[in-house]
Amino acid sequence: MSAATLQVALVGNPNSGKTALFNRLTGSRQKVANYAGVTVERKEGRFTDASGRTVRVLDLPGAYSLAATSPDEAITRDVCLGRMRGESQPDVLLCVVDATNLRLHLRFVLEVRQLGLPMVLALNCADLAEKRGIHIDHAKLEAALGLPVVRTVAVQTGGAQALVQRLSGTLPPVPKALPEGSDLHAAVNTILDTSVTMPRRTAAVDDTLDRVLLHPVWGLTILAVVMFLIFQAVFSWATPFMDGIETLTGAVGELITQVLPQGLLQSLLVDGIVAGLGGVVVFLPQILILFLFILVLEESGYLPRAAFLLDRFMVGAGLTGRSFIPLLSSFACAIPGVMATRTIQDPRDRLATILVAPLMTCSARLPIYALLIGAFIPQQTVAGLFNLQGVVLFVLYVAGIVSALAVATVMKWWRARRAGADAPEHSLLLELPSYRLPSLYGLALGLWERASIFVKRVGGVILALTVILWVLATFPAPPVGALGPAIDYSFAGRIGHFMEPFFAPIGFNWQICIALIPGLAAREVAVGALATVYAISAETEEGVTEVLANAIGAQWGLPTALALLAWYVFAPQCLATLATIRREASSRVMWFATAYLFGLAYLAAFITYQLASL
Amino acid sequence: MTLLALARHQSARVVQVDDRKPNDPVSRRLRELGFVPGETVSVVATGPVGADPVLVQVGYTRFALRRQEAGRVQVEPA
Repeated sequence: MSAATLQVALVGNPNSGKTALFNRLTGSRQKVANYAGVTVERKEGRFTDASGRTVRVLDLPGAYSLAATSPDEAITRDVCLGRMRGESQPDVLLCVVDATNLRLHLRFVLEVRQLGLPMVLALNCADLAEKRGIHIDHAKLEAALGLPVVRTVAVQTGGAQALVQRLSGTLPPVPKALPEGSDLHAAVNTILDTSVTMPRRTAAVDDTLDRVLLHPVWGLTILAVVMFLIFQAVFSWATPFMDGIETLTGAVGELITQVLPQGLLQSLLVDGIVAGLGGVVVFLPQILILFLFILVLEESGYLPRAAFLLDRFMVGAGLTGRSFIPLLSSFACAIPGVMATRTIQDPRDRLATILVAPLMTCSARLPIYALLIGAFIPQQTVAGLFNLQGVVLFVLYVAGIVSALAVATVMKWWRARRAGADAPEHSLLLELPSYRLPSLYGLALGLWERASIFVKRVGGVILALTVILWVLATFPAPPVGALGPAIDYSFAGRIGHFMEPFFAPIGFNWQICIALIPGLAAREVAVGALATVYAISAETEEGVTEVLANAIGAQWGLPTALALLAWYVFAPQCLATLATIRREASSRVMWFATAYLFGLAYLAAFITYQLASL
Repeated sequence: MTLLALARHQSARVVQVDDRKPNDPVSRRLRELGFVPGETVSVVATGPVGADPVLVQVGYTRFALRRQEAGRVQVEPA
């Protein structure tokens, strides 16, 4: 420990308002990263205390006990014990409790008190406790715990002022521990009996809201409306912003085209860097809108209720109630979906959700589906009612959902088989906290955090890969007087020709193989890439798609088109998603996802092609 | 009887939490969350399908437990 800085760790139960207090203490001076070697989020911030000393604050993951049952809780235990590699043991532990939930939270405080570190207790949500008529005798509580107790209201400006004051002073002495093996529950009850009076055990408003929101009929109806709203918002409210970003990207490219002479530099800037940057920023509207909803749902206490209602539906497939929102948003885009799996605590459930999220039919698949369906599926009515093109599109969506359920079920079965009889049980044990009004400050910080993580950690990878794909599709340049499309002579073209024999059994010709390579950047790019291979020049967007549809309609057989549709149901033709999986899970998970999705894609396309060719 | 046999809003006292295997981590966690002998508990809601999960009030807190977790908690009507 250096004399100039104080190292504080925030510990407390989940739902104690710990992170809100952390935000209040450190404001935007926060760094978010992962702990070494694990995918648990590490949040550190700093503030300057009254004496001008720098105080570094580590927001440890919420825990119910030091007997850890999840990677999050293990981190909290190890940091508190000074056993965590790369982390120094904190100088003082700042224990956060919710004043309305003292029975549960004080037990953990007593457990932490046994560690023999200086401690300060933050009595959070003090305003709510007063409103509910809970009377806490401050002096008696301090005496009974042997700790300095500071009243805080994390959701209020200045609500942590007293805490800053207390931390500015001298460190409190190490509190006296109970004898080893004491009954902590009994100790808590004694403390509560002497220092707290509580008119009733729950908030009346919680009882009323839960009666409606958890009702088997009304609860599910309200949930369906909320989900529909989120889906609509992510899908359509984001569209104008995304269109705007795409127009802007196009305009910047246009500007560069006019300023710079035609050549490699111009092409690199326009097709590599500007397109890559645009390809990063274009995801932000969906990410921000989805996380706005998730943060509101989470802070208000509704998210665990949704998980409660949906748990039974998801458990059958080896997922959890908390998987639902990430999977739903993956229909718009798998990237915010994979990022949203952070709300799933059990690491195995989170992994399963991440692995199946790319199977949800994202909006980027629509252009390629539309192209192929428009070119090959006749516009006719089936069963006197349905449009055949619409039926095919529906089948593609259902195929994604069914295969996601199947993959999750297989993973569940495989996990159980591998672990045998000692398989750790998937428990729920989910706390449904009191309802709260989300604070604007917390929402703003949360959104800022998600956006900057995406731009910094994932954006760089997407940009680099876009430039690499540009190099592959550009070099070497075609010889003078070449007749075919330029891409045919490039590395991408050669790789495409090389791939052809492998893809012949699934009916892909060399043109498709080439288009798959730049199409790795994002699924919708494949349409443009096909147009390039078929040397259709861009005049208007509608024009290209129409001409392209005619060209492939004349040159491909129906089996090839159906096989390509089946391919796109599964293939991870989106490097941005893979980069996000790598950031949110690990490289190993990313490679596994890539391999199994390509495997499934090949298998599905093979079966489709062979059956359709009969 | 276990938590699963309780009617909704029926008040009961915890007798003990059964271990399903030696050193059962789920049972230990249930005790840490407040399911200790003598504590008052009640079932306040159940999930829409198969009454799973079960929402249990213990102390000042509500926990959603799957049926296999709630079945570990032995209670007697208060």
